[in-house]
Amino acid sequence: MVKRVAIVGLGTTGFRPVTPDVSFRELIFEAARKAYTDAGIEPSEIDGFITTAEDFLEGYSIADEYCPDQIGAVLKPTQTIPGDFIHGLATGYMMIMTGAYKTIAIEAHSKASNMMNISELLGFAQDPVYNRPLRETPHAVAGLEMTRYLFESTTSSEQCAQVVVKNKKNAMRNPYAAFGADLTEVDVLASEPISLPLHRLDIAPHADGAVVIVLAAEDMASAMCETPIWIEGLGWSTDTPTLEMRDWGDAAYARMSAEMAYRMAGIEDPVALIDFAEICDEYSYKELQHMEALKLCMPGEAGFMLESGATSYQGELPINISGGALGVGHLFEASGAHKILELVEQLRGEAGARQIPDVNVGLAQAWRGVPTASGAVAILSNM
Amino acid sequence: MGMRKVAIVGAGITKFVRRAQETGKELSWQASKMALDSCDLTLDDVDMVTLGTAPDAFDGVHMKGEYLADGAGGIGKPYMRHFVGGGTGVFSPIHGWFHVASGMADICLVVAEEKMSSCYPHPAGAFLTIFDHTTEQPLMPTLIWIFALEMNRYMETYGITKADIAQVSVKNKLNAMDHPSAQVAEKITVEDVLNSETLCWPVNRLDISPASDGAAAIVLASERVARRLTDKPVWIDGVGHAIDTAYWATRDLSYPRYVETAARQAYEMAGIKEPDKEIHIAEPYDPFDYKELHHMEGLMLCPRGQAAQLTADGVTARDGNMPICPSGGALGVGNPIAATGLMKIIEIYLQLRGEAGKRQVPGNPRCGLAQAWGDLMQMGTVVVMRS
Repeated sequence: MVKRVAIVGLGTTGFRPVTPDVSFRELIFEAARKAYTDAGIEPSEIDGFITTAEDFLEGYSIADEYCPDQIGAVLKPTQTIPGDFIHGLATGYMMIMTGAYKTIAIEAHSKASNMMNISELLGFAQDPVYNRPLRETPHAVAGLEMTRYLFESTTSSEQCAQVVVKNKKNAMRNPYAAFGADLTEVDVLASEPISLPLHRLDIAPHADGAVVIVLAAEDMASAMCETPIWIEGLGWSTDTPTLEMRDWGDAAYARMSAEMAYRMAGIEDPVALIDFAEICDEYSYKELQHMEALKLCMPGEAGFMLESGATSYQGELPINISGGALGVGHLFEASGAHKILELVEQLRGEAGARQIPDVNVGLAQAWRGVPTASGAVAILSNM
Repeated sequence: MGMRKVAIVGAGITKFVRRAQETGKELSWQASKMALDSCDLTLDDVDMVTLGTAPDAFDGVHMKGEYLADGAGGIGKPYMRHFVGGGTGVFSPIHGWFHVASGMADICLVVAEEKMSSCYPHPAGAFLTIFDHTTEQPLMPTLIWIFALEMNRYMETYGITKADIAQVSVKNKLNAMDHPSAQVAEKITVEDVLNSETLCWPVNRLDISPASDGAAAIVLASERVARRLTDKPVWIDGVGHAIDTAYWATRDLSYPRYVETAARQAYEMAGIKEPDKEIHIAEPYDPFDYKELHHMEGLMLCPRGQAAQLTADGVTARDGNMPICPSGGALGVGNPIAATGLMKIIEIYLQLRGEAGKRQVPGNPRCGLAQAWGDLMQMGTVVVMRS
């Protein structure tokens, strides 16, 4: 029986606001080639491949068709998971744990710059009968949710603005990041109101890029690389897709995913055991809401924890040291991929200027965006 | 290999119809409820849920898996969607098998849903954007157009006629007369097929399965749980899936090598050396009548180019030596893409349990196979099951 699964290869293009010079398949090819080189493996030696993609964002009705060639998956077991990269990671983990597969490659990408009308496109995710006739944009729904979260948790807009300041500053140390900036709280609050209390700078801008990782079963992983990064915990969960029926203050999907991942990893006290976290900050308030759902602080405390500097670059629990989605760019299905990328580089000690000293356990969390209440959590370690 | 054994212990399937009054959520709910009821479980007993459904363009809903989550029973549970184009339905139990065989779940609900009628005026429109935007879309190909190329190539390579192929449509539509979910069951002749409207030569209207709405669901359980739930578990003994290059125009379309690759994985896992002898009953994907023959060859159930002769000899009839698509297949029962694949899995499940009623094949089959195919004629998914 396979006992553990590790990440043994990692490749990325980095993330840019636009990539007019390459197609999405070329982006993926670059990331895949780097990942296979990193793992010291040929694609022909890999037992299975997973891509994560959603049709509407690809502009193809069956986007699955265009996944095999650029990752070397022709005539190989290959599937698409229309979910976050961490959902794909969970599938890859399960495949190896069956004992039928030894190595799996997982790919995610974003080519947001190809999408002419992202807001309208994302509107198609809303319930066609009850919600779509209201023509609410995704940001409008997020604004409503932010209002509820701020009310329930007594968090302030100023605290949310500080998330933006922290993450964009973190991004300045990250060569992969597209949107690093040195801002102040006032800059954020003075930016264009989109759906109050949400301002323009509270919203993560979109970026292009691709990430590929290679997973291996325990017996191969140690031979394939010096520092295999072990998958200790995985969780994924879905709350109701119906906007009218959910609890808007509480990110139940993140809480349930985290509970599953902590159970699997045998973690009872996440604050004590987790050294750093990359969590979804597609909107500034989401970082704080997710911190509470992930039990990294008590309900209502996230804003104060942020203000105390505990989640900063040099704090006790650095959060989104990469810059998060606010600093790196929002990557759709690859959102989780960028978080896993950061975890692996930090745990390997390869994070350069943004390396956190002495880290052993990291947590990555992703949310699938408006209007879903769906997400996933992964816990990785280098021990 | 010491892998955890996984069994199918329950199944449910809605009617397949051209335009369902129910929403996709409701169809998913109906199938899930039937599957759970069939093995006396409730949603509380289910550890995880996985959903298969084909292009979002049918329903016109972005992130369709998220939209269908409550109907499929995924709320408050680890819930995921998988997608391999038209091969999705038979990939569904494979994805469910990952959940249970890995030890992550003991009971996994597997749901497949398709509501094609939301795509107006015709779901064929959803396929206009499956082609490469640079090299193919300017030619304005349609789905039937590329299958006409493939069918023609298949006929040309092996000297098979349209009449040989039409027998498949006749057989499957007749088989479907006994399927309670069937949409287009009827008694027709080879002449009817040949005289039906030509859509894109050599494909006529009766060579093609219809557009459908429907859903299907199964319950997978680990060995320990399965033996408690039923005295007739049906084991998933082999799974395989493979994708070929997206550059379909560079391939020889006469033979589906991706199906062979997937089948070899499943046969190896199930310990099958001579598929034509060891597999008693099969449900290959038949969205077009020639595809059943094409897939029988890819599955190595007969030598290349011989499938039409077996059909003519009655070997593949329900009372033949190797019944093929005894359910009525996509041609007879209907083709709500992902749900069709799972309908085929359910047919083998019922046949191996001896519960297929009027559709029951003689001779107590012990080993069966279901297969689906998708994307740009490039994806093969195969599941081998034993009683």
